[in-house]
Amino acid sequence: MENFSYHRPTKVADAVKAMKKAKDGKYMSGGMTLLPTIKQGLASPTDIVDLSGLKNAGVAVSAKSVTIKAGTAHADVATDKGVRKTIAALAQLAGSIGDPHVRNRGTIGGSLANNDPAADYPAAVLGLGATVHTSDRKIPADKFFTGMFATALKANEIVTSVEFPLPAKAGYAKFPNPASRYAMVGVFVAKMQDGAVRVAVTGAGPGVYRIAEMEAALAKDFSAKALSGIAAKAKGLNSDMHASAEYRAHLIAIMAKRAVEAAK
Amino acid sequence: MSETGIGARVKRKEDHRFITGKGRYTDDINLKGQTHAFFVRSPHAHATIKSINTAKARKMPGVVGIFTGDDIANDKLGGLICGWMIHSKDGSPMKAGPHPVLAQGKVRYVGDHVALVVAETKEQAKAAAEAVNVSYAVLAHNVDAAQAMKSTAQVHDVAPDNRVFNWSLGDQAATDAAFRSAAHVTKIDLINNRLIPNAMEPRAAIGSYDTGSDHYTLYTTSQNPHVARLVISAFHGLAPEHKLRVIAPDVGGGFGSKIFIYAEEVACVWASKKVGGRPIKWTAERSESFLSDAHGRDHVTHAELATDSSGRITGMRVNTKAAMGAYLSTFASCVPTYLYATLLSGQYNIPNIYAEVDAVYTNTAPVDAYRGAGRPEATYVVERIVERAARELRMDPAEFRRKNFVTSFPHQTPVIMCYDAGDYGATLDKALQIGDYRGFGARKAASAKNGKLRGIGFSAYIEACGIAPSAAVGSLGAGVGLWESAEVRVNPVGSVEILTGSHSHGQGHETTFAQLVSERLGVDIDNVSIVHGDTDKVQFGMGTYGSRSGAVGMTAISKALDKIEAKAKKVAAAVMEASADDVEFNNGTFTIKGTDKKMAFGEVALAAYVAHKFNSSEIEPGLKESAFHDPANFVFPAGVHICEVEVDADTGATEVVSYTAVDDFGNLINPMIVEGQVHGGIVQGIGQALTEACVYDQESGQLLTGSYMDYCMPRADNVPNFKLGFTNTPCPSNPLGIKGCGEAGAIASPAAVMNAVTDAIGVADVAMPATSLTVWKAMQPMRKAAE
Repeated sequence: MENFSYHRPTKVADAVKAMKKAKDGKYMSGGMTLLPTIKQGLASPTDIVDLSGLKNAGVAVSAKSVTIKAGTAHADVATDKGVRKTIAALAQLAGSIGDPHVRNRGTIGGSLANNDPAADYPAAVLGLGATVHTSDRKIPADKFFTGMFATALKANEIVTSVEFPLPAKAGYAKFPNPASRYAMVGVFVAKMQDGAVRVAVTGAGPGVYRIAEMEAALAKDFSAKALSGIAAKAKGLNSDMHASAEYRAHLIAIMAKRAVEAAK
Repeated sequence: MSETGIGARVKRKEDHRFITGKGRYTDDINLKGQTHAFFVRSPHAHATIKSINTAKARKMPGVVGIFTGDDIANDKLGGLICGWMIHSKDGSPMKAGPHPVLAQGKVRYVGDHVALVVAETKEQAKAAAEAVNVSYAVLAHNVDAAQAMKSTAQVHDVAPDNRVFNWSLGDQAATDAAFRSAAHVTKIDLINNRLIPNAMEPRAAIGSYDTGSDHYTLYTTSQNPHVARLVISAFHGLAPEHKLRVIAPDVGGGFGSKIFIYAEEVACVWASKKVGGRPIKWTAERSESFLSDAHGRDHVTHAELATDSSGRITGMRVNTKAAMGAYLSTFASCVPTYLYATLLSGQYNIPNIYAEVDAVYTNTAPVDAYRGAGRPEATYVVERIVERAARELRMDPAEFRRKNFVTSFPHQTPVIMCYDAGDYGATLDKALQIGDYRGFGARKAASAKNGKLRGIGFSAYIEACGIAPSAAVGSLGAGVGLWESAEVRVNPVGSVEILTGSHSHGQGHETTFAQLVSERLGVDIDNVSIVHGDTDKVQFGMGTYGSRSGAVGMTAISKALDKIEAKAKKVAAAVMEASADDVEFNNGTFTIKGTDKKMAFGEVALAAYVAHKFNSSEIEPGLKESAFHDPANFVFPAGVHICEVEVDADTGATEVVSYTAVDDFGNLINPMIVEGQVHGGIVQGIGQALTEACVYDQESGQLLTGSYMDYCMPRADNVPNFKLGFTNTPCPSNPLGIKGCGEAGAIASPAAVMNAVTDAIGVADVAMPATSLTVWKAMQPMRKAAE
């Protein structure tokens, strides 16, 4: 581990300023990915800009949406009464992330900015068609996730909150990697107030993605039965010792059905 | 029985220290002037070292010294040894390649120790280690036991076909004859998956050299500090034993992996003198533990079982390839031989057994004893093939086993072991009752309604532990005797110190050994302390492994207590002016037959030290005795485990939903601790069966499962609540009637789980670990057939 300069600004503008000055800086929210990466020598930033000083945490529920500030820990989303009442699947998803340590330190903003291909939150953000608010602008979910560990965030840009529209029904089914407990396959299914259906898959490919064929079938008939015969494509999916691409494709179909069955 | 005596469920005395963070582990110890070590390790599975350039690293901040294989060679520091000689069938000795403390000219696995960097801080040592420039010429490698003898990658010059030995046990001709006349032959091919031990505390060492007294001290995470001192003294040649003190303080789990003498600890204590006597501390990072702790298992086996027309087993043939890794670790050679093939008779009356074992080098971390050591591998072979035979013969698997059980004792098997006591039928009956075998059909139907495939599997294991009769193991190639020592020191106030050669690293000796003293002397366990793990305090001992500390270690204490009692009776007789023959001792009180005279144990202890009331020319003052105990036989714990699993028909995800274990450990000292041992062992076995796989990449030779992100340890949500029961046939070969309980769970459970998985999905075999992917793949032919 190399030495680095540590900054803990209290204002978003100061955080951006500190990052602009840094030679090779990194924002840190909960640090649940960044710190192990640094300890393993896989990252050696010159500066760490700790966003916890922004005190940007909390959940707000309105008639149309749930807004979660970027610095909110997973455990706080999982146990938030408003979230549990309005988007139970989102609370359930947050409660399935990592382990108690991760859930109490890790934040939604950090998870989204990192965009680990096996992270849970991207499935909810894409599956609900949420809007990511940043220090500069608002980014719709469909534009936010651009690939493996890649997002639409520009240099120095900070996620400040995420706004989830309230669905008519939503469900999340996760098949965890037995060792890491990351999603080996996670499928988030939502039927929106306007009847549109979104199906987002995490863990299976290089990044979170939607399956149009399943969305179309579920828009006609929002039931597990409607997904019968729709196979996910194995091509392009991840393959490792825990799951082959074919197995992941199989699990997508199973998890999609289970997400629909669980949706409420 | 005293309230804290044998059989009492007293809470563990040591736990207050551990759960309040007051344990004192090697890494907690900091010596004056201490430096820190980091090892340069091989990034290649197999390579020659062309050069090692340390010039840049030596100039790095804080560097105190850098040492390589050349320094080891110049000092003539001996290499690491394997202490058990195995001879091949043809009589030739095993082919042990050199195992230098730091690599000399060649590296043989990813993680092999190349250079030692010593610096003021660990970070400085690590940074300098990264600056050591090693130039390698990469060689062909092989990481697969099955391929080793065909591989072009030759790990050691002494073994051209990578074969360490080709060993056999049993009568081949008689066994072949039994197969020729068999009514039915069952065959099975099995892989016993390689495991990484993962003790909670990583290995650590502090080497220290005192320039004034010319005396070395080594703090190390060892299960047997005296053996470490013996080996470092006699084989590495560092210093004579009286000038080398080895201390194994609190040790956080071992599971076998801390039996062995490792390069890192030898290097640290050796190099301390080279850096002017400054102590050198090394603590493994977790990723180093994955790479360099001795691994377990890694067998490839073909087995055959012959039965007659009535369903009686008439013969067994077993052929195993056992990976040794890149070097022979301290006891590696005895694991797939005398700790394995000698148990192939299981609980059964099998008249003919023949086993042949090829031990092979692979470009991987060394393989050595890991919880059960050979016996889990044997049980896996026996209990998988017996279950398969029962299914092929369409016999109930419980009744097929019962039909073939050994029923009279002693029973001499065709593979060395002589079972001394047991009642396998009673144990089976109790397991069937506790596990509600008759209700299985209804449970299977209920699972099916939820889309789950339910299966049941048995494992009627036997193991040999209480290791071991010295002369017997000596005749089989062991380099050491396997007795144990004990010293009992009674203080003048009547409190007691037990010095033992056993070593506790989770077993709870501070409690159970005190319970024995409490039972015998009538003192409370709080008045007993256990001293262990320091070669300057305890004269000698063989350490803890092979479930030996009860049967062997406590028997040594028991013998010393006999002497204490005899001596105390003499003192009591003198003080109470009676004949020693008339003294009786019960519940901590000495009485004189036919009188109302009595003395408490503490009073007699004081009298022994005050020495006013007896003739010192007839009775020596003081109350301290010692004993060595060499067991007459192994002990033979046995039991029946029944596992039920549910497999998710859609995903292949497998869950253990019921687990019954009925064990015969003889008399129990502390049932609570025994149950804890059984729980832990079963969880480790469920880990092997369902989650744990040490995987090396065939192409690169790299360890793919080098962290907890990929190496899947079992967790609380992987296991159900266990249903335990005990039967008891007291062991006849020790006065306490105890067997051993430390390894049984890990020995029994993999076969029980895998028999249940194969039953659930209706296939002949599934490889361990039965991950969801593996099970899903195994179900595909069935699924296709159904469609």
